[in-house]
Amino acid sequence: MRGLTWRDVWRQIIRNPLSITGLVIIVTLVLVAILAPYIAPHDPFATDPINKLAPPSSAHLMGTDGLGRDILSRVLYGTRISLWIAVLILLTAGVVGTAVGILAGYVGGFGDNLLMRITDIFMAFPRLILAMAIAAALGPSLTNVVIAISFSAWTVFARLARSRAIAVREEDYVEAARAVGASGFRIIVRHILPMAISPVIIQGTISMGGIILTAAGLGFLGFGAQPPTPEWGVMVSEGRNFMPHGWWVSTFPGLAIMVTVLGFNLLGDGIRDILDPRMR
Amino acid sequence: MFAYIVRRLAWMVVVLWGVLTITFFVARVIPADPVGAILGPQAPPEAIEAEKARWGLDKPIYVQYIRYLAGLAQGDLGVSLRTRRPVLQDIKQFFPATVELALAALLIGLIMGIGLGVISAVRSGQVVDHAARVFAIVGLSMPAFWLGLLLLLVFYYSLGWLPGPGQLPYWLPRPPRVTGFMFLDSLIAGDWTAFGSYLKHLIMPAFTLGWLSTASITRITRSSMLEVLREEYVKTARMKGLRETSVVMKHAFKNALLPVVTIIGIRLASLLEGAVLTETVFAWPGLGRYATHAFLSIDFNAVVGVALFMALLYSGSNLVVDILYAYLNPKIRYV
Repeated sequence: MRGLTWRDVWRQIIRNPLSITGLVIIVTLVLVAILAPYIAPHDPFATDPINKLAPPSSAHLMGTDGLGRDILSRVLYGTRISLWIAVLILLTAGVVGTAVGILAGYVGGFGDNLLMRITDIFMAFPRLILAMAIAAALGPSLTNVVIAISFSAWTVFARLARSRAIAVREEDYVEAARAVGASGFRIIVRHILPMAISPVIIQGTISMGGIILTAAGLGFLGFGAQPPTPEWGVMVSEGRNFMPHGWWVSTFPGLAIMVTVLGFNLLGDGIRDILDPRMR
Repeated sequence: MFAYIVRRLAWMVVVLWGVLTITFFVARVIPADPVGAILGPQAPPEAIEAEKARWGLDKPIYVQYIRYLAGLAQGDLGVSLRTRRPVLQDIKQFFPATVELALAALLIGLIMGIGLGVISAVRSGQVVDHAARVFAIVGLSMPAFWLGLLLLLVFYYSLGWLPGPGQLPYWLPRPPRVTGFMFLDSLIAGDWTAFGSYLKHLIMPAFTLGWLSTASITRITRSSMLEVLREEYVKTARMKGLRETSVVMKHAFKNALLPVVTIIGIRLASLLEGAVLTETVFAWPGLGRYATHAFLSIDFNAVVGVALFMALLYSGSNLVVDILYAYLNPKIRYV
């Protein structure tokens, strides 16, 4: 990260066709999420017993599901849920992880050791397994999905923030702040946090795709959102009952997950290239 | 080196104890009521109390915890609430199917990933390079459960080229269980019908899981190849007038492979994760599917047992990778 400014990163991104594609996908999805009530052709919850399992047509571009609900409208509303969950998870995991990491790196010694060993324990779980265990224990709901995935996602940020804190800790200006009597809290917030924040944001972008996939996976398995919530993972799962004749019920929500995750992965891949000059 | 391994092993035990403690308390101090869920809402309170006493759930939590640890010390993971069998026995039964699936997926991931990575590096910056990367990233972005459904839709329901979910058709007699690995058991029994059918059943789940691994393998292979291709000896080989394929395969590829080997261990964790979803879609009788059912029904002994077992696999493979790395690359010595 050293010596790279946000402007450099931006310039690299717009030069790479793949990351630009990713960025365009993400911006479009954010717009869809905001505008969902205005662009959705139907009420995502309105059932229509006469039009059950209608194949894609001009009236229902993605067809209808087993209760006659318009799948396109549900997919559009689903964008809100998926992006919102992912942002909440990133905020929770990012804040907790950064706090733990900076604290560990700043205090050093025993405290550092203790915090990092706790981090190690959380990293010893395969992430989906930990999230499943917590989501199952708390009961299936969207809030609990956020808690469950945050539990498994904060460790990356802790490690990253810690390494930045250690690098910055010995800098002259931190030493100077300490010499004029700044409190530990002030040094952390004013001098160390700003240096740690950009790698954390970048890591957040890279993690985003994986987080959305995990959340959708929990929904699919029954640990996350519950019907009738138009969550993409739940919708794919509902569609399994109508295979193979109602193929559209599972196919379109799954496609939405893929496109979303693809957007973040394309952008993240481009960013990683920038950070790893060997890849250029 | 020896001291390093001993220290890492000791630390692994501490980590596993931490995993055990976290899952134990998460699975027991919960709002949900596993016993009530199994007996049903009509069960009289006395029956629920009796059942709780039977499972030791009427005791204070720390007593339960100490009892569990004592059991664990004797290799006892408790009894599953749902299957009513020892959890260890369940794990032994379901794990082989997951291993076979993961290995097949890893093989597919390696073939596709290394192939794409080498092509990408050799044609770096060209259309092929971009196409290979897009293919790999698409695989990484695909929800495993959805890809599985699509494959079933196309190759099973529509075209009928490949068999549907499961390991074998229901009407086919199972070869006697010797190792638990269907691949080996059908060979041992000399049952070629079962063997062939099993391999056909394996294709779609293995591909689903394998494509997921392709992205990271492609990435590592590409960057490692790019680095090697810049080396002096590769230039020398070119200057000697060797054919390009010979330069790439004989001189560069062999030396670029080391980082690729180390990633295999790291992939294991994500293969386990992917297995949970893939096994559910393909009704594959493995540990991932067992875990999903255990977690959904809050089968607490099974939850702790499975989490502990998976954490053991995960940290174990990380340890092996680290040791291999230290061994293969003498520049790294952990003091």
